[in-house]
Amino acid sequence: MTAQVQTIRSPGDRGVWAWITTVDHKRIGLLYAVSAAAFFFIGGLEALLVRTQLLGPNLEVLSAEAYNQLFTMHGLTMVFLVVMPIAAAFTNYFLPILIGARDVAFPRLNAFSYWLFIFSGLLIYSSFFLGGAPDGAWVGYAPLSTQLTEVVRMDFWTIGLSTLGISSIAASANFIATAFTMRAPGMTMLRMPVFAWMSLVVAFLLIFSLPSVAIGLFQLFLDRNFGALFYAADAGGDPLLWQHLFWIFGHPEVYVLVLPAMGIVSEVLPTFARKPLFGYPFVVFSGAAIGFIGFGVWSHHMFTSGMGPIAEAGFGVATMIIAVPTGVKIFNWIGTIWGGKIKFNTPMLFSLAFVAMFVIGGLSGVTHAVVPSDTQQHDTYYVVAHFHYVLFGGAVFGYVSGVYYWFPKWTGRKLNETLGKIHFWLALIGFNLTFGPMHVLGLNGMPRRTYRYPEGLGWANWNAVATIGAYTILVAFLVFAWNIVRTHYLNKGERVGNDPWDGRTLEWTIPSPPPVHNFDETPIVHSLDDFWHQKYAENEEGRAVRMPAVTGAADDQGDIGRADHGTPEGIHMPSPSYYPALASLGIAITGGGLVYLPWGFAAIGVGVVVMLWGLFGWSLEPVTKEH
Amino acid sequence: MGEAIVRARYQTTPRLGRLLRVVPVILLLAACSGSGPQTALEPEGPIARDIDGVWDLVLMLATFVFVLVMGLLVWAMWRYRERPGDETEPKQLHGSSVIEVGGVVFSVVLLAFISVPTVRGLLDIRAVPEGDDVLHIQVTGHQWWWEFEYVDETAADGRTLITANELHIPEDVPVYLTMTSADVIHSFWVPVLNGKRDVVPGRVTNLTLIADNPTPPDEPIPGQCAEFCGLAHADMRIKVHVHDAAGYAAWVDEQLLPSEQPAPETALDAGWQTFNTLCTACHQVTLEDVEGEVTTHGPERYITSDDIEFRSSFGPNLTHLFSRDTFGSGTFTLDADHLAEWIDNPESLKPMWADRNDLANGRVLGMPDLGLSSAQIEEVVDLLETWR
Ligand code: HEM
Ligand SMILES: [Cu+2]
Ligand SMILES: [Cu+2]
Repeated sequence: MTAQVQTIRSPGDRGVWAWITTVDHKRIGLLYAVSAAAFFFIGGLEALLVRTQLLGPNLEVLSAEAYNQLFTMHGLTMVFLVVMPIAAAFTNYFLPILIGARDVAFPRLNAFSYWLFIFSGLLIYSSFFLGGAPDGAWVGYAPLSTQLTEVVRMDFWTIGLSTLGISSIAASANFIATAFTMRAPGMTMLRMPVFAWMSLVVAFLLIFSLPSVAIGLFQLFLDRNFGALFYAADAGGDPLLWQHLFWIFGHPEVYVLVLPAMGIVSEVLPTFARKPLFGYPFVVFSGAAIGFIGFGVWSHHMFTSGMGPIAEAGFGVATMIIAVPTGVKIFNWIGTIWGGKIKFNTPMLFSLAFVAMFVIGGLSGVTHAVVPSDTQQHDTYYVVAHFHYVLFGGAVFGYVSGVYYWFPKWTGRKLNETLGKIHFWLALIGFNLTFGPMHVLGLNGMPRRTYRYPEGLGWANWNAVATIGAYTILVAFLVFAWNIVRTHYLNKGERVGNDPWDGRTLEWTIPSPPPVHNFDETPIVHSLDDFWHQKYAENEEGRAVRMPAVTGAADDQGDIGRADHGTPEGIHMPSPSYYPALASLGIAITGGGLVYLPWGFAAIGVGVVVMLWGLFGWSLEPVTKEH
Repeated sequence: MGEAIVRARYQTTPRLGRLLRVVPVILLLAACSGSGPQTALEPEGPIARDIDGVWDLVLMLATFVFVLVMGLLVWAMWRYRERPGDETEPKQLHGSSVIEVGGVVFSVVLLAFISVPTVRGLLDIRAVPEGDDVLHIQVTGHQWWWEFEYVDETAADGRTLITANELHIPEDVPVYLTMTSADVIHSFWVPVLNGKRDVVPGRVTNLTLIADNPTPPDEPIPGQCAEFCGLAHADMRIKVHVHDAAGYAAWVDEQLLPSEQPAPETALDAGWQTFNTLCTACHQVTLEDVEGEVTTHGPERYITSDDIEFRSSFGPNLTHLFSRDTFGSGTFTLDADHLAEWIDNPESLKPMWADRNDLANGRVLGMPDLGLSSAQIEEVVDLLETWR
């Protein structure tokens, strides 16, 4: 019955043009992934330069000016151009598949989000060639960020973050619509895989938090370019306003970075422990709870700013409360592997390390909520250690786990296990060498964002260790890169079928790589982990037993429980379109013009025309071209 | 103590666990062997000690949770690893409300436990010190140096004591800092005495310092700006000298005296002529001339934050420059050679943006290169060396 399903998609899908015009969620996912990987490499090099400068006291590898640009760009890159897009990559690729859909709700809007992201990234990075990159830290505190209006560096930052924000809002609206309206029959909300759930929560977080920082960025822009005085203290403005607006976005943002990784880990642990996720509803609701409470704790970033003890006590306690749902997740992950039959494949190793590193980062996070201690820790290397344990040992390890886990689905080949394990151990050791000592450095008084430190403060040894660790991480990720090149581009990887890990969710029912339309026939879902339940039943003892009827289903599209919802003759997928890319190019050009006011008005003119051309073309073009 | 527990825990652990122990050991090292003079872990005053006490408690609990959770995790990994030849599948356990509720209760109890010292410690460190002995000092943060005005210490003619970067305080007395910024946000931080407090333009923030013991003259307590404030944020340091009561009084008396203005036609006068044309554009000095007349040269500037007037000089007051050990905000040892290098080309020592100064609008981003000849530099340095 699955004879020959023809996909109608015009024109051909090869070549650069096909990638520029693609509206296929999988291709857009891969574009996000490759871009994020490139930025990861760049952001990593920036970190290595920073670490090299800090190898010893008073080194002169970098000037203060270069150092400040590099650490600012490192933070900005890792947050906005690496972790957010890699999460978007996974969400794009797998959200539709995991819920049994053929694409996202708005495929062209999806392309628009991607192109606006990459153009914004390029806009920000062009600053390096135009007199210098942003140098006011990724948080851009006013009035430092509004101080030197004759230097455009921080304009690249305000404009770049604003256009990135537009991209994220569009993507979030799309993911919410997808999760709410595109689920396959039987895929109730509480049968959605945890990763899909976390993507949904993240989309809501972004929709509600981005407006706050957008307003703040707009005010900064007006302060810088039109002499507005929102943040000018001597004219009655208030510098702390920016911190509130930023962190009302910024705190939910850290959950934006980590929740999708938690989703991935919640898929990987059950698969390799061969047990269902322990306490699925608790994991889902604690994720949602983290999202909600995440909006009520922003001022824990401002415990030293002079808010007054009542506000400080309130935000301190609120921050402790958020540790509860986080703890719930940790217990559930341990419960998941408890009693399982654990296979230590590379994806599993990274997911387990995620849990372990996240425990450390979570605990140091609780110590920040203890306001008296935080007045010592704030803005020191202790904080740098903390957020790298949650963002690198946490989020990034989670995404790396996702890459090893889903690589076979993307390409039809498994990454090499030996190289994977070398990568894993080097990364884990290097990571702890780099960031473990930073706890000590911070407690011993080393502030962050300092381009040099003197002798005699007892910081030299730990700094040297941290730098050695950073180079170890470099080696680890070079091994990773080689593994990918070797497996995919040199075709050395082991070929696999639909279901290499004996998986639980819908993506493993379809070919690797999936066809354009994902599912020949729309699946009908009967339970959480539907695919697993097609393959396994439970005996009286509660142990899984393979169902004889579908032995071999691992490599085959099991055809139980399927309804004929597709049109066998042809599944209409939306046609490619270059208008989304054009519209976002227009926005980026407009952004470039805004950086260079007043004479940038010419560029703004061009940019607006290009954008309107893109938007009109987009709205007027027929959904599916006949051919 | 904690270390032994951690060791025992990991003796039996497999691959991952063996590596993970690096982390707790590092944390324990941090806890047990605080090192360096700028550490938060070896307080030298009651406030910092309170904070450290809270930290010790929290660290203990965190270590307990860490050992517990990591223990469970690593044990589960070891115990439930796939064994060769084992064909059975695991029991498909979907969850347990008892464990969920237990986990929530466990976390809530622990957190409630630490929220009490959190709030109490918070109120302690934010308390405004009262009593007649409290010493009030006004602090103005500048890119990239600190200005101190001792509003309680005045000379007969009403001048207050003004100094920069090196703070002198008496032992055992609450020193109440009232702070604002002349430009961007800074943060005043001397870890062994107290946590940090941001110094915000347009606002007034406060911080109390209490020091247990006098410091040896050549070993002041170090601190530094903790909020990124632009180019030379790393070089915005603080030194705190703690004196016994008599030593402090002597220091105050000296600082309140004017320095000497060279008599016309003397060897030092050439240096003074240069100084008085170029340097007093930014720096103040209070000098007594040969007639015994006391004059303050250089610009007198104030800013008002929350109705309090703060000094907002363009550069550090140099009246008693050579009573200090360092310059460039505690970054460089003060001696004739260094000083000559500084005057010759300030940005060769400390990164600054002096070419973006705009004195008319009150903006100073560093000391400019004044283009002096080496002879002029020598004359000026000779003069400055007499201002002790
Ligand atoms: C090779 C890996 C990495 C190394 C060696 C590294 C190192 C550093 C260092 C030394 C700093 C502090 C700079 C300073 O305050 O002076 C820093 C800041 C930061 N890092 Fe990383 N990092 C790495 C990876 C990551 C990753 C993967 C992320 C995010 C997922 C990340 C996010 C950040 C952020 C947000 C900041 C703060 C930037 C700021 O202060 O404005 N880093 N990193
Ligand atoms: Cu936060
Ligand atoms: Cu600073």
